[in-house]
Amino acid sequence: MRIFGIAILVLAVVIVGATQARVKLPHIQIPAEAIAGVGSFPITNTMLAGWISVVVILAITLRAVGQSRDVPGRLQGFIEVVIGFFLNLCESVAGPERGRRFFPIVGSIFLFLVVSNWMGLLPGYTTIEVKEWRAPASAETVAVKKDVHLAKDDHAGKDDHGKSAGIPLLRAVSSDLNTTLALGLLSVLLTQVYGLRYLKGEYVQRFFNFREGPIGFYVGVLELIGEFAKIISFTFRLFGNIFAGEVLLAVIVFLLPWVAVLPFLGLELFVGLIQAFVFAVLTLVFMTLATTSHAHHDDSHSGVHDPASGHDQAHTNRAHS
Amino acid sequence: MTDAGVQLLAAALAIGLGAIGPGIGIGMLAARAMEALGRNPEAEGAIRGNLILGLAFAEAIAIYALVVALIIKFV
Repeated sequence: MRIFGIAILVLAVVIVGATQARVKLPHIQIPAEAIAGVGSFPITNTMLAGWISVVVILAITLRAVGQSRDVPGRLQGFIEVVIGFFLNLCESVAGPERGRRFFPIVGSIFLFLVVSNWMGLLPGYTTIEVKEWRAPASAETVAVKKDVHLAKDDHAGKDDHGKSAGIPLLRAVSSDLNTTLALGLLSVLLTQVYGLRYLKGEYVQRFFNFREGPIGFYVGVLELIGEFAKIISFTFRLFGNIFAGEVLLAVIVFLLPWVAVLPFLGLELFVGLIQAFVFAVLTLVFMTLATTSHAHHDDSHSGVHDPASGHDQAHTNRAHS
Repeated sequence: MTDAGVQLLAAALAIGLGAIGPGIGIGMLAARAMEALGRNPEAEGAIRGNLILGLAFAEAIAIYALVVALIIKFV
């Protein structure tokens, strides 16, 4: 009986939503919008969202740490499970010593991404609008700006769907290319730092290899290119997933308002978690590879790391240690 | 054909063609993972972890295509 009632309610909402509700397709744009600024430095909505998610993580952590007891309560128990899971993962992939060293970075990346990805799905993100902030134009940019402005107006006229001039106050952190690029750079640079610290000369030799003839040298060059490819793949994987999720939700709400979006919200929750996990685990695997000496391995392992075989290797390491 | 029409077509082609390869790849990955699971059910945890990582790599290619499509459409 109750299920019947709920079904009718849902059906009614769908019908009313499809026929009566006017949901506009929001203006979709890739660069983050500036909501405020200091001097000529814009503060974008994704930056604000990033700060909020950092504050949220801090608040939860401080609360759990502040009242930590020997017999954990719900919050403390939950956090211990998450931390324990990641610590185990780090130690099983990288070994006990390196695992504990990599854990803070890998764990922070995971926590920040998962919290910010999930917060990006909260109601209010992308729907609360404010006025756009414009940098005060300096003399030499005015002429250029005029051209840009004309082009922009032209563009806006084309795919404008009769929306207000406001911009969203908050936007998912990872839907800004700058965020994901920063995280990707951080991850790859730290990998180099750890590689240099653990293997010293041998790590440099991996890229500039003069001892194993022309093929060895070529492989070294490929490895060097591979390091830059990592930055790009980190950046676009996360950005693409989260930004595409935002566009997907916006389009579904536009096509069939209110109810049809619910399964997709579930999908986006899953995607946010998986992408945070993948980012963290890839960082861990790359760091493990960079700090593992090839000298003790057989030659079949000293080839190019494409990511897939790289992962294989991490597992051989696990078996070896 | 107008410029906007070409733009739409390009975006559709970019994601449409770009999804073929990753689709095949993800299918193969999942099929092999299921097979492995059938042979060795105790290894479920390890298989799941590796499967998700592998899927992320395959899916990343589709995401690149999607980013290109979105850039064509919205920039």
